[in-house]
Amino acid sequence: MVTAFTPFASFGGGLLIGLGAVLLMLGLGRILGATGILSGLAFPADAEEFSWRAAMVLGMVLAPGLVFLVSGNWPALDVPVSPAMIAIGGVIVGFGASLGSGCTSGHGICGLARLSRRSIVAVPTFMATAALTVYLIRHVFGG
Amino acid sequence: MKPLYALLTGLVFGVGIAISGMMNPAKVLNFFDLAGSWDPSLAFVMGGALIVAFIGYRLVWKRGTPVFAERFQIPTATAIDARLVGGSALFGIGWGIAGFCPGAAIPALGTGRWEVALFLGAVIVGIWLQRLLRSRRLAPAT
Repeated sequence: MVTAFTPFASFGGGLLIGLGAVLLMLGLGRILGATGILSGLAFPADAEEFSWRAAMVLGMVLAPGLVFLVSGNWPALDVPVSPAMIAIGGVIVGFGASLGSGCTSGHGICGLARLSRRSIVAVPTFMATAALTVYLIRHVFGG
Repeated sequence: MKPLYALLTGLVFGVGIAISGMMNPAKVLNFFDLAGSWDPSLAFVMGGALIVAFIGYRLVWKRGTPVFAERFQIPTATAIDARLVGGSALFGIGWGIAGFCPGAAIPALGTGRWEVALFLGAVIVGIWLQRLLRSRRLAPAT
């Protein structure tokens, strides 16, 4: 399935993603890592840790509706893979991000922005394995 | 005040994810499909986010303390170990299979699509499995 190249929307969206990360650091002094936020919600250590994460997730979940109210269009969401692949991929994503202490947001944006050595290793690693996985599924096994 | 601030922060991040195309697995998987229907858009997402975060973090840190917390909580680990590399490698494999990552899927939940809920449920199972494994390893041998 071909998707349109959207450099301006993607760059503009990226600026807002970066702004979200900066606002969290400014207000709460925290790195914005989505896996850490999910983990803190699903397995909360204490009420204080739970509440800001719950509020933040609520804000995130309201975002597509706000985009719809302003633009009249829901954000595009096309799923070219089977439900089994979503479930298997999801378990591996959760396990891997938890083991490696970060995902696209935590390592990819916040970690790289603060020039963390660990993130400088993590990001090329997961980018490479993601590209290799897509190559194998689409061009070798012919998914 | 703090929960409202966290909510607005999540909203800014989520609108960014929605506009950028990150919540569209078809687009994410095409970013990685260099040999097929390659769509380089997501490099622009990373570029935009990194420019703002790189400059913004340095401005924020000059304050000394955050607005609603006592101190900045920055990760202090520096070890490049098997957990980091293996975990990141696994994360990429899962991302390449499903096309969603957690930061994109949380806002995507607001579209009401069941695939997103399935993905996030699976991610939580994965986190739970990793925590289970870690707690068993840390437990003293009997």
